[in-house]
Amino acid sequence: MKQVLKESLPANGDTSVLAGVYGPAEVKVSKEIFNKATLEVTLRPKIGLPGVAEKSRERLIRNTCEAVVLGALHPRTSITVVLQVVSDAGSLLACCLNAACMALVDAGVPMRALFCGVTCALDSDGTLLLDPTAKQEKEARAVLTFALDSVERKLLMSTTKGLYSDAELQQCLAAAQAASQHVFRFYRESLQRRYSKS
Amino acid sequence: MAEAAAVVAESLAGYRARAARAVLEQVVLPGEELLLPGQEDGEGPGSAGERPLRLNAGARSRGRVVCGPGLRRCGDRLLVTKCGRLRHKEPGSGNGGGVYWVDSQQKRYVPVKGDHVIGIVTAKSGDIFKVDVGGSEPASLSYLSFEGATKRNRPNVQVGDLIYGQFVVANKDMEPEMVCIDSCGRANGMGVIGQDGLLFKVTLGLIRRLLAPDCEILQEVGKLYPLEIVFGMNGRIWVKAKTIQQTLILANVLEACEHMTADQRKQIFSRLAES
Repeated sequence: MKQVLKESLPANGDTSVLAGVYGPAEVKVSKEIFNKATLEVTLRPKIGLPGVAEKSRERLIRNTCEAVVLGALHPRTSITVVLQVVSDAGSLLACCLNAACMALVDAGVPMRALFCGVTCALDSDGTLLLDPTAKQEKEARAVLTFALDSVERKLLMSTTKGLYSDAELQQCLAAAQAASQHVFRFYRESLQRRYSKS
Repeated sequence: MAEAAAVVAESLAGYRARAARAVLEQVVLPGEELLLPGQEDGEGPGSAGERPLRLNAGARSRGRVVCGPGLRRCGDRLLVTKCGRLRHKEPGSGNGGGVYWVDSQQKRYVPVKGDHVIGIVTAKSGDIFKVDVGGSEPASLSYLSFEGATKRNRPNVQVGDLIYGQFVVANKDMEPEMVCIDSCGRANGMGVIGQDGLLFKVTLGLIRRLLAPDCEILQEVGKLYPLEIVFGMNGRIWVKAKTIQQTLILANVLEACEHMTADQRKQIFSRLAES
């Protein structure tokens, strides 16, 4: 019963990720949760075997999805999100989050809101860069990734690497909230296009 | 920091719960909140809590609004949980505010009580059959739920057979159970589906379109070849025509109907009718 229910291909510049959602499907008795759905996320890198970095990203994506998916409507089932990195040119986690969200929406999994991922980089001067490329990420003083929900732009998940002050964190968060508008507008337009054909 | 705050305020200002009536037939996204008809006046700008006087007082009785698939109740509003077009059906008689639901495109089936589905028998264990209906668990079907079945007279069902039945128990907490008789004990078209024919899968939205009253696609298909066809609400269609070639043509046409416009469909049908 493994049918790919959705493949979505968002691209942040040259970063693109293919996402597929399977579910609600059967779950092994050892993994089943009696009152909600078991969410599993698998992230496969472009080359090589998945390692620790992929595991940590999977966990971040899973925590974000669990906050948003109404798992209580499908107890003792499993919802699996499979992400395949097609090309990586920076801001990978944010792209994976966007792909996962679109795939979940398209598969018809009930959700209480949409979510999107935005990456900010702070370089040595303190300049804020949104959606940095791989080169900018490497040279930056700090890289912050946020997952924001669509209802009130609240913060669902944040992961940061590097050195930054409290004020800079608030600045990055505000910039990410403003940028998320564009992502949600893109979601709305592409979904409207999809439903306009029927 | 002041600029950042201003930018945030601007982006949040766009969000506001909208009246359900204003959004009918439009695409809605998960997370949106909809106001029911009785609540719209209080939300209007500026009125500061005054209710406008109504000349015809009985016009909009609140009644009971039914919240269909894709919507959840959230306080006294409706929260959209699936992406799709918002639809509304007026109540047939008298009270009630009608039904609101979201028409979404999905392939995965979730069992619902009363739905007629096509299942594949996967196992026979003791007195029940396990039937795969495309949901998260196999449904159980007792051998006594066939017309004319008794403990001595068991129905002839093998593993791998196709069954057309309806759900009597289907909720999120229990294993789904199906039967092949209606409440009077008659088969009414349900039971084991005969030999030959082809079973294929389509999206749930297409099945709903095909089963709607006065479906053009079905009428056109019926004029093409003599055929037997069974639709399962779980996205499965079983079709049988006189020859294998005709069966395959029908299967391909029905699968393609999902993406074709009415004109393209008419073209294809006229081409098939000629050959």
